[in-house]
Amino acid sequence: MDTPNGYWMPPAASTVAQSVDDLYFVIFWLCVVFFFIVTGGVVYFAYKYRRKHPDQLATQQIGHNTLLEATWTIIPAILVIWIFVLGFRVYMDLIVAPGDSLEYQVTAKQWAWDFRDPDGCSVPGELHVPAGRPVKLTMRSDDVIHSLYIADFRVKQDVLPGRYSSVWFQADKPGTHNIQCTEYCGTSHSNMFAKVVVHTPEAFANRAQTFCKVTVGKEHGEKLYKNQCAACHTIDGNRLVGPSFKGIWGREGKMSDGSKVIVDENYIVESIRIPTAKVVEGYPPAMPAFPTLTNDDIASIIEYMKTLK
Amino acid sequence: MNDHAAHAHDDAHDVPFLEDGKGWKSWLFTLDHKRIGVMYLWSVLIAFAAGGVFALLLRLELMAPGKQYIEADTYNRFFTLHGAIMVFLFIIPAIPSAMGNFVLPLMLGAKDVAFPRLNLLSFWIYGVGSIMALSSIVFGGVETGWTFYTPYSTNTSGAVVMMTLSVFVLGFSSILTGLNFIVTIHKMRAPGMSFFRMPLFVWATYATSILQVMATPVLGITLLLLVAERTLGIGIFDPALGGDPVLYQHFFWFYSHPAVYIMILPGMGVISEIITVFSRKTIFGYRAIAYSSLGIAIISFLVWGHHMFLSGQSAYAGMVFSFLTFLVAIPSAIKVFNWTATLYKGSISFDAPMMWTLSFMVLFTIGGLTGLFLGALGVDVHLHDTYFVVAHFHYVMMGGTVIAFYAGLHYWWPKMFGVMYREGPAKFSAIIVFIGFNATFFTQFVLGTRGMPRRYYNYLDQYQPLHQFSTFGSWIIGLGFIVMTVNLLASFKQKVKAPANPWGARTLEWSIPSPPITHNFHKTPVVTEGPYDFPVEGQAASGAEGKHA
Repeated sequence: MDTPNGYWMPPAASTVAQSVDDLYFVIFWLCVVFFFIVTGGVVYFAYKYRRKHPDQLATQQIGHNTLLEATWTIIPAILVIWIFVLGFRVYMDLIVAPGDSLEYQVTAKQWAWDFRDPDGCSVPGELHVPAGRPVKLTMRSDDVIHSLYIADFRVKQDVLPGRYSSVWFQADKPGTHNIQCTEYCGTSHSNMFAKVVVHTPEAFANRAQTFCKVTVGKEHGEKLYKNQCAACHTIDGNRLVGPSFKGIWGREGKMSDGSKVIVDENYIVESIRIPTAKVVEGYPPAMPAFPTLTNDDIASIIEYMKTLK
Repeated sequence: MNDHAAHAHDDAHDVPFLEDGKGWKSWLFTLDHKRIGVMYLWSVLIAFAAGGVFALLLRLELMAPGKQYIEADTYNRFFTLHGAIMVFLFIIPAIPSAMGNFVLPLMLGAKDVAFPRLNLLSFWIYGVGSIMALSSIVFGGVETGWTFYTPYSTNTSGAVVMMTLSVFVLGFSSILTGLNFIVTIHKMRAPGMSFFRMPLFVWATYATSILQVMATPVLGITLLLLVAERTLGIGIFDPALGGDPVLYQHFFWFYSHPAVYIMILPGMGVISEIITVFSRKTIFGYRAIAYSSLGIAIISFLVWGHHMFLSGQSAYAGMVFSFLTFLVAIPSAIKVFNWTATLYKGSISFDAPMMWTLSFMVLFTIGGLTGLFLGALGVDVHLHDTYFVVAHFHYVMMGGTVIAFYAGLHYWWPKMFGVMYREGPAKFSAIIVFIGFNATFFTQFVLGTRGMPRRYYNYLDQYQPLHQFSTFGSWIIGLGFIVMTVNLLASFKQKVKAPANPWGARTLEWSIPSPPITHNFHKTPVVTEGPYDFPVEGQAASGAEGKHA
């Protein structure tokens, strides 16, 4: 779809990509020149001063040459400091997000990405963004360190547990690009793959009617209930494996260890994250944990529970 | 030592060190630095072969995306073992412990290192650490990568504790060897050998030893903290326990970046020796090379943050580390220019050690130059943790240190074992490895630039042709090393006796028979000239070959 940027580089699909590539090629050509100076010198001297007959054992003693040594210290020093300055400039463009960026929340976990746009919309494994607007991703990890890498945008940032990090980009043309994890995170590290889909501003504005019907809230909670909870919990008061959700919100329940608990947000979060912590009296401790549910998912389930009078 | 040397020498030790005692006890309990060096040599060669086999298996699996021969977890264990074995069992001890032990006292005109018993202890500790490291394969394997990043390493299953403790133990071997060498260099130099008459290999070993003594304890402490977190649940690095995972990276790289120079500086020392001997010319800019070793040693402590540009450290820290990283490029560049200038107007011969050295010159230059891409912040963001990084450090570590190690092995082999190998196959193997190396790793620069992340079991289809090419290259490298190994081992059968000084070198180890006697020198030599004072055109030869004392 997109053509690579020359032999070396992947497609340059973000506003900063071309300046990264330009700097890459400044360094590239500098390296080519120095490589040919050094290896050219080595090969030329090795040929020219090869030992032509075995008795040729005496040489000239050339111990050092201050002017020459100063030259090959100072010129490389100037060049590397110049590259440092160029590299830092590009870096500042890469890390300072414009103030009008669309803010996304990203959660990484072994081995999937979850992207939420400013309206709370999330499509599994896909990051949907509009063309022509800066997008800032605020990222956290639920478990180990991951790293979000979009090669076509030339951006990459580690995603940490217990701390937020961020990255931004702006893509000007609609298209699809790969997202890869670049911090080793276990068995399926190399399959922790996602796509970024860049839409025209119009298509993005209409996303609620097209690709992005899911939002945070009680409707999303109801959907999750049907997929994840309904096998064990009814909403009509009947008993299955676990207690019914009918009238659950605010109810006081007796636990198997004799304690009493009022069903509130913290109780629901704990019951989903650590189901064996508090088990309702008369029911088996059979519920598994649901690590795939995000905090937003749980918030949506709570909103849905509140409606089950 | 000098008093002792002045006495009539003990006839019992007047035999070549290889024949001074038979049976395994005469080796395992020897205090002779040369025997300890030889034991280290065989150990690191076995480690290199093991690490190499894992590398070939990894490359084979990468012939195509998805599963070919092994499962993802097995692949992850293999790349961890490849890295851990190559770094901790091979490359760190390879030149200092194997060649340094053998050559350093000889170059100084000493009978042994300063603390021979401590030296033997270093080897035993290395043995115990190596067995522990390899035993982790049996105890469930390790799949964290050789860097053991937290919190992954805190929580994953497997023998992480065994592996990290083995690295902790190996660290002591490294520290004790470094300490021994520092004292040896300060106190055991022959009369007349001032610091600026020391061979550059000794300078490089000196700088390396300082790094080993100063940096290794930090790694030891870090790994103990990791073990404490895993076994006792003390929260240091895992945020779930109240720790900070980035702190681990700071600690780890505070050792492991200087460790990069623990690996490369001795290789640079070997190259400095060989390039003068086979050009028959004094080294160009002796002091610049010596001081640049120390300069590298100092600055190397201040650049660890360049492994962490994307870890979430501040942009300000990134800027400082980027700047210092560019500064450390300068002393390395100076060395390369000096070696090149040494060739100028020399009388150059192309024996096997020189072929390996010329290969080093090309590969290390590429390795060093490609570091400029990674030091530049804006470009590093794209290349970080891709195959570009893999290619870069293989050019430096393998194209640099490993090639220098084999240059040194061919250079000192006649001295160590008293036999000559065949020149033809030795040169041939150097050329084969050079070709295979470039096929394997230059390809990976392209892969990385195009966005192929490292430590990937599976990959996108678009990368397959380059991965295949890289795998073909790895087979050529393997072939080169097989030719080299067979040729070197064949020298024991051919028994072509090596002269005392086959290369016409001027350093002291070549002034004594090959192999040396147990006490090295009948009489402590007195040094009256520099290490590279070759005969000068138009002057009468200043002395016969090897007449140094």
